[in-house]
Amino acid sequence: MASSSTLALIGNPNAGKSSLFNQLTGLRQKTGNFPGVTMDKKSGTCQLTPTTPITVVDLPGVYSIYPKSPDEQLVTDILANPRHPDYPDVAVVVLDASNLRRNLLLFTQIMDLHVPVVLALNMLDVAKQQQQDVNAVRLSMRLGVPVVRINARTGEGVELVKKAVLQQLEEPIVAESLFFDPETDPVLAEALAAGKPGLLAETKAQYGLDNSYLALQYVIQHDGFTFLNRQQREGLDVLIDSYQFSEPAFQVRETIRRYELIAGVITDAVTSNRPVGQPTWSQKLDRFLLHPVWGYVIFGAILLLIFQAIFAWATPFQDAIDEGIAWINGSLKDGLPPGPLSDLLTDGVIVGIGGILVFIPQIALLFLLVSLLEESGYMSRVMVLMDRIMRKFGLNGRSVVPLISGVACAVPAIMATRAIASRRDRLITILVTPLMSCSARLPIYTILIALVVPDRRVGGLFNLQGLALMSLYLLGLVSALGAAWVFKKLLKTKERSLFVMELPTFKWPRWNHVGLTVWESVRSFVWEAGRVILAISIVLWVLASYGPGNQMEQAEARVRQQHQGKPITDDVANAIAAQRMEASYAGHFGHFIEPAIRPLGYDWKIGVALLASFAAREVFVGTMSTIYSIGAGNTEDNPTIRQRLQNERNPETGGPRYTPAVAWSLLVFYVFAMMCMSTIATTYRETKGWTWPLVQLGYMSVLAYVSALITYLILK
Amino acid sequence: MSNRTVADLKPGEIARIKSFSDQWASIKLLEMGCLPGEEVCLHCKAPMGDPICLNVSGYCLSLRRAEAATILLEGE
Repeated sequence: MASSSTLALIGNPNAGKSSLFNQLTGLRQKTGNFPGVTMDKKSGTCQLTPTTPITVVDLPGVYSIYPKSPDEQLVTDILANPRHPDYPDVAVVVLDASNLRRNLLLFTQIMDLHVPVVLALNMLDVAKQQQQDVNAVRLSMRLGVPVVRINARTGEGVELVKKAVLQQLEEPIVAESLFFDPETDPVLAEALAAGKPGLLAETKAQYGLDNSYLALQYVIQHDGFTFLNRQQREGLDVLIDSYQFSEPAFQVRETIRRYELIAGVITDAVTSNRPVGQPTWSQKLDRFLLHPVWGYVIFGAILLLIFQAIFAWATPFQDAIDEGIAWINGSLKDGLPPGPLSDLLTDGVIVGIGGILVFIPQIALLFLLVSLLEESGYMSRVMVLMDRIMRKFGLNGRSVVPLISGVACAVPAIMATRAIASRRDRLITILVTPLMSCSARLPIYTILIALVVPDRRVGGLFNLQGLALMSLYLLGLVSALGAAWVFKKLLKTKERSLFVMELPTFKWPRWNHVGLTVWESVRSFVWEAGRVILAISIVLWVLASYGPGNQMEQAEARVRQQHQGKPITDDVANAIAAQRMEASYAGHFGHFIEPAIRPLGYDWKIGVALLASFAAREVFVGTMSTIYSIGAGNTEDNPTIRQRLQNERNPETGGPRYTPAVAWSLLVFYVFAMMCMSTIATTYRETKGWTWPLVQLGYMSVLAYVSALITYLILK
Repeated sequence: MSNRTVADLKPGEIARIKSFSDQWASIKLLEMGCLPGEEVCLHCKAPMGDPICLNVSGYCLSLRRAEAATILLEGE
């Protein structure tokens, strides 16, 4: 029986839910999806006893069971539907003891749904510092549920949680009466006096429920309940109409009544000498971080630090990986017998894997810094700092996190928009987030900038290449804001948006959380994106190595004829390889789209890379390496991809292929182009339809082409 | 003068919540612990005075001026 049990972790945001999750599951956790919705589901296994495992599911943090945003909806969906596959056998509700009253609101609601609960009282040390003393025994007696004192950060009390959960599994204790019984409310009792059976009684009878509070949830929230069919929802509308019941008014009554009841519990269980506000040091820090001048200076400095980290600190690691791959490739070529299979392994697979691995230092550093900002509590200050500005562009303060995460990858960034309660603000954030330069663009930027921007310092402080890179990121940011502004004008709505948000106290980051976040992001990048990149690299290698009929052989014969009688030098070998390439399937592809990209200054080789990177832009550099290693397969040394591009000549002018005009045109193209299947798929999932991903793909493609064209024409 | 709202508070000023002028917004505000009779203190304002940060029931809540203006305060 116990092997299939489920434990749900519930609680307010910042109550310590994730810490407890990590304590319970250790490293036995995985990220999956909740059925039907595409929320990330963090789950893991916990051994209650050596022989009793239980599945632990970490639910999104909420303040009440009335959801305000898509991620909050999930909690209600599960708890109101006992047939849900993730419906818990036991719910462990984590409460912040230093803010017990507000935390109890959610707790009493969950208790009233008659889910067997364990109350985990966390942050008692913080409460103590604020001169509050919580009496767990009294709390347990007043509420009629098991209460466990824990310290989720240190792991104190985790064994007690397990014991309490085990007891609740074996002999569930559910409070006998509802904490808040909606049927005793005067508004609903009125109908009884008038001789009607009562709204909740009728709901219970019609829907086979035995809990008045669950019946109330059916009445108030049925529009959001996906487990009810249309007929059932309409039936509830009829009932509500017949009783002239006002849902919002009742929610207000319920919340006020619950707080009245909770006040009684608090006076009994908590002794407090606490002042109104947060600790003074945190408040002082806030005045500084939200200061009209210093606030922005600090935020700007932190952003600069992030860019510095991604560009400068990651470079040595990336160079090492780059060189390492070139070395492995070189030694494999020397060691393996020549032939198509060895070529596939070296120029196809190894080069493709190399293209994935070089990203790791940047992704790890970025997620490290972003998760540090979130963990410390600074991220919510940034939201407050930016809300006013973001609103002007049709976004809101919460859009800052997706936009900053977008610098790493648009996929998690778009998923992070679920915290935005306003539908329009959320949609606009989704639409513009891919304009933020993600880490997949970084290798493209890095290589092309290194080709055309001299590695020089200006003013003794700034590196010219660093400045060029920063200007590309700024271009992405400015265009994201501009696009948001345009969408704000286009998408009119009457919907109101709320920006009511808790500012958590500053905390030291939990290093194991930061470590897990970084590990998880690197792992999923290498695994999810890596598979696509590798597959495309191999397909591309095949397309570049084989051609229709015997065209490739003919091309080779032509070159040999031209050089007849002369010794086969490297130059000749290269010319042969280049001609073969042009005659291959990939070459034909490139030539086919050349007319469309010629105005931008690109040739067919760049065309091949563009086409290949349509599914995922990170393929661009990999493709370039594949194309150019095939072109230089017989050379003794294996120069890095940067050197190969530098040596590439434009046959028409005799000058370098990558002139500043071409390079900048490509750079601008990649700033704007929506070349990422995963992002399209994510937008589709998050907006539940094809309209918005197509709008996104369309406007970004047009923007990319036109801007690249203008750039080329200006610089030519 | 009892028409003051939380949006009119000066930094550091303490006041007591009387009622709400907007039912829809009040649901969320109530859930977050802004209850009639509760003492609040304006902690600080973001640049340009919006959003504001409010100390209420022992923690800090940030909200926009427009939302703060729906929380009516008790008169002196």
